[in-house]
Amino acid sequence: MSATQIGCSCSCGSDAGPKILFACSGCADVGELADQAARQLTRDGAGRMACLAGISGRVSGIVKSAEAASVILAIDGCALDCTRKTLEIAGLPRVNHLRLSDLGFQKGATEVTAVSIAAVIDKAKLLL
Amino acid sequence: MKIQILGPGCAKCTRLMATAETAAKELGLDCEFEKISDINQIMSFGVMMTPGLVVDGEVKSVGKVPSVEEMKKLLQ
Repeated sequence: MSATQIGCSCSCGSDAGPKILFACSGCADVGELADQAARQLTRDGAGRMACLAGISGRVSGIVKSAEAASVILAIDGCALDCTRKTLEIAGLPRVNHLRLSDLGFQKGATEVTAVSIAAVIDKAKLLL
Repeated sequence: MKIQILGPGCAKCTRLMATAETAAKELGLDCEFEKISDINQIMSFGVMMTPGLVVDGEVKSVGKVPSVEEMKKLLQ
């Protein structure tokens, strides 16, 4: 599997910020699925994944990039909604939210496969 | 104070540098300026869009050119 290409773009010619993806990347299977879907969306060019830990840690470059985003999508594996809550605490507005348990992926009973990743990607693209 | 301008060197990056220099001069600040155009070095700050303004290691703005007055607030 190739590495996720986390890019940087010039804003010259456009004031629209990047579409930024944050996944919970939690230790449960649904967290892994959220993570893999965000990475694939980045490879596909649908958006760009950024590190949620950078928001929690108040890493200025990541926080300022998120503030400049045109769209932010939070992908949570389960109803704990760690991603959405982290972004909310950081004061980031206009966060679209996708919760994988709402799509039928049960915590502890989800296989991370090409099929399940594709199903998440289909839903995520509607929110980008 | 160290001011770093992140960007490949196009129009907005040039304007950001000029704005920072003007604001620093008007505030009477003794600043060291550095342009960073290497993409890997830019991304090491966590920045996903340029231009970026870094003041003493902290990213203050991304993807825009603040006005001189806004810049003064960022430098103070």
